[in-house]
Amino acid sequence: MNPIKSVCIAGAGAIGSLFAGHLGSAVDTRVLVRRQDHADRLNREGLRISGKSDLHTSVLASIDPAELDDVDLLIIATKAMAVEPVAKCIAGHFKRAVIMTVQNGLGCEDVVAQHGSWPMISSITFMSGVRHSDVHIEYELDTETWLGPWHQHRASMNFAEEVAELIRNSGLRARAFEDVRPAQWSKLLFNSVVNTIGAVTNLPHVKDFAKREKITDLGNLVAQMMDEGKAVARAQGIELYEDPWEMNVNAVNRGKTGEADYAHVFSMLNDVRAKCPTEVDWLTGAIVREAKKLGIAVPIHEVMYGLVKGIERAWELNDKSREERSAA
Amino acid sequence: MRICIVGCGAIGSLFAAHLAKLEEVEVWVFDLDSRHVDAINANGLRLSGESTVLSYPQARSNPADIPPCEFGIVATKSMHTRSAIENSAGIFEDAVVLTVQNGVGNEEIIAEFVPRVMRGTTFPAGHMVEPGHVAQDTGGKTWIGPFEAKPASPGEIETLASLLTKSGMETLAMEDARGAQWTKLIFNAATNPIGALTGLPHGVACDQPMLRKVISGLVAEGVAVAGALGITLDSDPDELVDHAREVAYMHKASMLQDVLAKRATEVAAINGGIVKFGQENGVPTPLNQMIWALIKGLEHSWTRED
Repeated sequence: MNPIKSVCIAGAGAIGSLFAGHLGSAVDTRVLVRRQDHADRLNREGLRISGKSDLHTSVLASIDPAELDDVDLLIIATKAMAVEPVAKCIAGHFKRAVIMTVQNGLGCEDVVAQHGSWPMISSITFMSGVRHSDVHIEYELDTETWLGPWHQHRASMNFAEEVAELIRNSGLRARAFEDVRPAQWSKLLFNSVVNTIGAVTNLPHVKDFAKREKITDLGNLVAQMMDEGKAVARAQGIELYEDPWEMNVNAVNRGKTGEADYAHVFSMLNDVRAKCPTEVDWLTGAIVREAKKLGIAVPIHEVMYGLVKGIERAWELNDKSREERSAA
Repeated sequence: MRICIVGCGAIGSLFAAHLAKLEEVEVWVFDLDSRHVDAINANGLRLSGESTVLSYPQARSNPADIPPCEFGIVATKSMHTRSAIENSAGIFEDAVVLTVQNGVGNEEIIAEFVPRVMRGTTFPAGHMVEPGHVAQDTGGKTWIGPFEAKPASPGEIETLASLLTKSGMETLAMEDARGAQWTKLIFNAATNPIGALTGLPHGVACDQPMLRKVISGLVAEGVAVAGALGITLDSDPDELVDHAREVAYMHKASMLQDVLAKRATEVAAINGGIVKFGQENGVPTPLNQMIWALIKGLEHSWTRED
């Protein structure tokens, strides 16, 4: 019998909803969201998952953690920049919970740990979903979530195994690791590079990312930037689980992405196209900060970080001039 | 004297319209845009903005319809240099041809087709208002001098400089025009793509410390390549960056304008030019190479739909 009887998911974007929609079929599941209308709709209509799964789950949703009672497991599934407000919101609540983070990038566990002494699980997920509405998510890529005890406020390995089993029983894929950092860093290095290059060039994950014939071929830049990241991982004593360059080559040659007319649109490129703040601070920015601490030069990361922050700055500028025009 | 302008966009039109005011010069225009050519032939070429000019050069879309000329001025976008000069070489069999284009590497291409070449750098800028009408946005000087491998004579350089100055485009004849050209090149290579990739006006980009550092890094590579070529720059491009921040804070670089209009940029002649001359002289230019690849990637994205 799985000891995890109740789960709360904080954040009901694509990833949070995939967790909530699946776990709701296996265990008492609550959802903590930011908007009251979102909570109301979830309580009224439940959560529908289409695509790789076909589920319709009822969930208890609220914007107030006090209304959700304590749980055994709390999964924070927001974007990286929302982890801080979530951690503030749940501080003093969910006293018996183990907290699992699933953000892209680095440092979200530390942010949570500043607001409570919960035991924690670090995780990364490779699954993806398309959000059709507040209550309907299409399960797109049915790839695994990898999780393991966070090396600082450690949950037990045993508990991590239970979490992985619960997730599997709910219809998603998961695997527990003693140390998830090698996998986390592999994905971090991969994402930090391909996401920023995609965001700046407006290119999805096309074959150009692995092409290295001419000096202007993007593959050279991808490879050089990944080498910088690998040096940072090495200096941290982290042996990567997968080589990010191979992840890149595999991704552009495999499945739908390998077809000429289809390529995966990175989340950061989606954000840039939608003019939403990106997760660059937790990806490329995190590597720049780690490198600085270690005294390692990462010039390409610095340029890409600066360019994406520049893109975000340009939206503010345009918003401001639009406001000024409409005021005048 | 006959002068033919090759490529009559905004810059070419500034030269053509000014020169055509002079009685002693017969100005011809070679441009592939038949609407612009027809408008010039029907109603003359008009400048507004910083200059008010209406003059009457003779424009043709077919270079075979243009008589041999003593001087040529190439003002196409740099990616069209080869096709433009290849097609019009018959006009310049015994001529001196000046380039006033962006970037570097245009002189070498032109020299494959004509006997004598001048390198030039021009600061005036403008934009096309409608066929036959260009607005001049900024004034400024033009520097011209010999292209070392196939040099124009000092007399020819003087002649063209004084004609241009007399026509209203202040032009300086130089013994060595590389300093002016590389100063502008390095400034453009460091600032244009940053605006193009982020969407930021020049001054705002300068105020982002991470981007200002990238700009300085790009400048340093360009300065190192110029040094290896033995070129003395006119001024410190990094100071020009700060100066431009003061006088053109909200200016959107021409490469950003190209990107917004999804037009091919001149990155190959600008950042690519610094990379190529760097390679030939053993100077590493990783930042310029990276920026070149990013702009190429961005241009490639416009051919996709997703």
